[in-house]
Amino acid sequence: MDLTLHVWRQSGPKDKGQLETYPAKGVSPDMSFLEMLDEVNEGLIKSGKQPIVFDHDCREGICGMCSQVINGRPHGGQERTTVCQLHMRSFNDGDEIFIEPWRARAFPIVKDLIVDRSALESIMQAGGYTSCHTGGVPDGNAHPIGKPVADYAMDAAECIGCGACVAGCPNSSAMLFTSAKVAQLAVLPQGKIEAKARVKNMTDSLQEQGFGNCTNHLECEASCPKGISVKFIAKLNREYMKTIGC
Amino acid sequence: MILDGKTPTGPIEKSWDKHRFDMKLVNPSNKRKFKILVVGTGLAGGAAAASLGELGYNVEAFCYQDSARRAHSIAAQGGINAAKNYPNDGDSIYRLFYDTIKGGDFRAREADVWRLSQVSNNIIDQCVAQGVPFARDYAGYLDNRSFGGAQVSRTFYARGQTGQQLLLGAYSALSRQVKAGTVKLNERTEMLDLVVVDGVAKGITCRNMVTGEINSYWGDAVVLATGGYVNVFYLSTNAMGCSVTAAWKAAKKGAFMANPCYTQIHPTCIPQTGDHQSKLTLMSESLRNDGRCWVPKKKEDCDKAPGDVPEEDRDYYLERKYPSFGNLAPRDIASRAAKEQCDDERGVGPGKRGVYLDYASAIERVGEHTIKERYGNLFEMYEKITDENAYKRPMRIYPAPHYAMGGLWVDYNLMSNVPGLFVLGEANFSVHGANRLGASALMQGLADGYFVIPYTIAAYLATVTPGTVTDEHPAFKESKEQVEERINTLLNIKGKKTVSELHRELGKVMWEDVGMARSEESLKHALQRIPEIRDEFWNNVNVTGSGAELNQQLENAGRLADFLEFGEILATDALHREESCGGHFRVEHQTEDGEATRDDENFAYVGAWEFKGNDKAPELHKEPLKFENIKLAVRSYK
Amino acid sequence: MHLTQSTVGRKILMAVTGLLLVGFITMHLLGNLSVFAGPDGINAYAEHLKSLGPLVWVFRLIMLALFAVHVTFGIKLSMENRAATPVNYSIKKRMKTTFSSESMLYTGLIILAFLIYHLLHFTVQITNPEISAAKLPLDAAMRPDVFSMVVLSFQKVFIALVYIVGMIALFLHLTHGLSSFVQTFGWNNGPSHDKVTLGGKLVAVVFLLAYVAIPVLILARFVNI
Ligand SMILES: Cc1cc2nc3c(=O)[nH]c(=O)nc-3n(C[C@H](O)[C@H](O)[C@H](O)COP(=O)(O)OP(=O)(O)OC[C@H]3O[C@@H](n4cnc5c(N)ncnc54)[C@H](O)[C@@H]3O)c2cc1C
Ligand code: HEM
Ligand code: SF4
Ligand code: FES
Repeated sequence: MDLTLHVWRQSGPKDKGQLETYPAKGVSPDMSFLEMLDEVNEGLIKSGKQPIVFDHDCREGICGMCSQVINGRPHGGQERTTVCQLHMRSFNDGDEIFIEPWRARAFPIVKDLIVDRSALESIMQAGGYTSCHTGGVPDGNAHPIGKPVADYAMDAAECIGCGACVAGCPNSSAMLFTSAKVAQLAVLPQGKIEAKARVKNMTDSLQEQGFGNCTNHLECEASCPKGISVKFIAKLNREYMKTIGC
Repeated sequence: MILDGKTPTGPIEKSWDKHRFDMKLVNPSNKRKFKILVVGTGLAGGAAAASLGELGYNVEAFCYQDSARRAHSIAAQGGINAAKNYPNDGDSIYRLFYDTIKGGDFRAREADVWRLSQVSNNIIDQCVAQGVPFARDYAGYLDNRSFGGAQVSRTFYARGQTGQQLLLGAYSALSRQVKAGTVKLNERTEMLDLVVVDGVAKGITCRNMVTGEINSYWGDAVVLATGGYVNVFYLSTNAMGCSVTAAWKAAKKGAFMANPCYTQIHPTCIPQTGDHQSKLTLMSESLRNDGRCWVPKKKEDCDKAPGDVPEEDRDYYLERKYPSFGNLAPRDIASRAAKEQCDDERGVGPGKRGVYLDYASAIERVGEHTIKERYGNLFEMYEKITDENAYKRPMRIYPAPHYAMGGLWVDYNLMSNVPGLFVLGEANFSVHGANRLGASALMQGLADGYFVIPYTIAAYLATVTPGTVTDEHPAFKESKEQVEERINTLLNIKGKKTVSELHRELGKVMWEDVGMARSEESLKHALQRIPEIRDEFWNNVNVTGSGAELNQQLENAGRLADFLEFGEILATDALHREESCGGHFRVEHQTEDGEATRDDENFAYVGAWEFKGNDKAPELHKEPLKFENIKLAVRSYK
Repeated sequence: MHLTQSTVGRKILMAVTGLLLVGFITMHLLGNLSVFAGPDGINAYAEHLKSLGPLVWVFRLIMLALFAVHVTFGIKLSMENRAATPVNYSIKKRMKTTFSSESMLYTGLIILAFLIYHLLHFTVQITNPEISAAKLPLDAAMRPDVFSMVVLSFQKVFIALVYIVGMIALFLHLTHGLSSFVQTFGWNNGPSHDKVTLGGKLVAVVFLLAYVAIPVLILARFVNI
């Protein structure tokens, strides 16, 4: 099939950037979206132009590196699908496709479709851990953890930290990302001990990093390629209330 | 030269404990004076950087991704082994040790494998303490599953995301150290050279992948945990950015590359659909617990819909060839068997490079619901990629390059032959011999990072004075200039072929000639082709853009340039190893019914290669392997 | 104090004040509906309120504080959120965000404007003095004739429209707000979410119908003096 791409091109953080139009010809439905872009890039290189740069690594939906807003939806908006797992068979011959980077103040554009997501790391560094030492910890079975609790923690832990929740959120809030970590650790006996400090420090950091505030639009949940539920934001709120004595 | 692995002597059960006691320590108040560079933040590097930071060393860590938590360790689905024996099914440290040595086809060092098995239990405890959400049973205890190549249930898992969860655990420990100020992270930073001063590793040269700046970093020790090299095959289950670059730069500075020919081809991957393919997706090995592999008996049937091939015309080749292990035969064996069927022109699907993995009888036996519960996410992933419903129609699978058992040579302390250079995780050659068992790579990465390097690096650091060589030393400037010059050369070739075209060409040669079945002829062909492609690369590659910006073409070109040198060593090693063992199968060395024949008499050694330049033959150094605890035996899964 | 600075703390303040305001509008609605019981209904209600004396002022101050907190943080959070998203997508498809959730600030501001008008109209009684209870004769029971004031007001199309618009704004605000506070208080467990959202919408509809019924029915002359 033949497609028309409108791709955000921006040579660096200071450049203004604009959408450029490229044809994508002879696209096979078996290609992944990124493979389609690879082919377009090969064409650009051959014609002496600069290829489009975009973040990617594992190409199997787990590293969280790929990050594109396709036709106005982060990762293309297919349920539980990252861009790298999006396949061209979900497009039709003649389609126009708009491809843009994550947009948020906290994610400055580095180049083309690549943004700087280090703000998410700062949130993690503010408290996304248990302060256990290497070695000297009890046996893994010392604290039995009920299956429902373990499953709940696992549901939260599935976050791949891609930032689509921020990209989709009208407020550019990173609350879903933050809540996934807070909730995972808050329900586990190992994480409970520091739960209060954690929720405070992580949400404060979220604010410092320039993300917006959560107003429960729920767009994050719809944008998330891992199906992280907003129930974890509810959990975060509850954990926060504990810090103020409620 | 005969290499000394510096393995401790005495009874193996006490070897690690005794060695730990024998090693020197660094005075706590001195630790912060030592600077350690950790390249790689996967399970091995992440765990190491966090643990070393916690001990008080001054650590700098590097990765090429935009976040330390995106290292390719995240891709591991299946699980991580440990000898906990929670299911009470007869596991022990000794059994894990035995299985790993045997699984590795007797090509690993006993003491290293023993240590790995011994600390495996601590790993699980450590991860649980970090909040890794391992699967649990209804009583709240850790759950186990079984995995190929073992008869006990010793694999711990976290849904289909074990690697991701373990890495997030290590990353959380790392984050804590970043906050504490003991670790500094350098993301989007690619190591492009090792700086060696008077034969000792003293630093690295890196490219800032955002600005293009070339920077020097000095350290009292350098730790490489940069993962595996199977992207030398172009298509593999590895991430797009995985490369041999860091390890190869070290090799070019004198570190020996050990057993590069031991590469693992994983049997259950989704077949290639066309030339556009950029990588292959692994489907967890656990799929073989219930699926049955078959191909049509007759060539004519290959184009038919699988449902139209009658039962009696199907060849369940694994069950036929290996009646006792059947579909659960180890990876190397299952992969080769699939290839044989396709070579016999009985493959299925596009290009006829695929075999069926059929769930029909399992669904009949336990019901679709149970199958969905067990493998739902994998079936979903399969459908996403192929648009086929595997509940209704057998999956198509084909082997793909997956893991590198070979890597930089290290002694028992994980130090390479270059003093001060330590190598951890998939990047070293140490514990898996010629073939790795499922769920053992995660174990190794974390063992090296959490529980080995913190001790062994101290023994080294205790012998050096901190900060004696810094980036003021002329060697750093020289290295920087070399790196810059190489980048300029690449940018100025301005040829006709793209980097990925050339990488594909290399991959094709590697896969066809140095892949699952290797012969003297094919290897010689590869050894002729690789330098040709390398020449073409250096004369005709087109690298767009400049060096002073984010430039993915340049990154890829640099990595390919290294693969083009490394590939030759890999083929050379494969040619020299006149035996079949584990992932290395030489067609000349097989029994009548196609089983590998190992040659313990002549090849029970580690082959470590010293790079001497592209126009010179590399020099082979041997480390003889002694088996004092496990008797050398023929590996049979019949 | 952390509560007033933290991103979650302020969200909780919004929800607490919002919820108390919902409590207020519920009481207020119940009182207002007494207009349908004729002069004896609403005039008695107004008289009763007046008899509370200083308590009314306590109540008014509390209301003022609630509004002050709700409005201040509402504006502040919205401005911060806007600043956090400096560049828009060329095309953006919303998947779950609703019109009501995105227009909270605007519907809130309309409510605020309405509220000021409403106070000037019925409490201070300076927008239409000619039909204010202060100017109208007392009713049969010698109480200020709130009933006539209301009916005469809403028989004017403009005034009725102002109220209808105000109530639609309130409706939109509550469509999001009523399920939002449940989430903010952390009472959602995932599956409950869709039900809560639906419930919130239904309650908002009830508020809309009940509140709008007053000006509409009067305008349509179902209620007369
Ligand atoms: C699809 C898949 C599934 C797997 N499943 C399992 C499983 O179920 N069980 C199991 O035990 N094993 C499994 N494995 C194997 C296992 O995941 C890996 O062997 C292991 O995680 C490697 O860890 P590592 O820390 O050595 O390297 P990696 O995790 O690959 O990390 C490498 C690090 O080095 C950095 N790096 C590399 N080069 C440079 C450079 N030049 N400069 C700077 N930084 C650099 C990278 O940024 C990264 O941080 C699987 C592997 C794959 C590919
Ligand atoms: C009777 C009047 C009002 C009622 C009953 C009311 C009720 C509510 C409720 C229940 C919420 C949801 C809180 C949450 O998210 O948990 C809310 C949110 C909000 N209100 Fe109001 N409100 C009223 C007036 C106003 C006014 C006058 C403004 C003017 C600025 C306003 C602005 C907002 C904003 C911006 C939000 C969203 C804040 C957020 O979710 O973080 N509201 N309101
Ligand atoms: S919550 Fe979902 S969208 Fe947000 S970072 Fe995690 S995986 Fe990505
Ligand atoms: S490239 Fe790893 S998730 Fe898409």
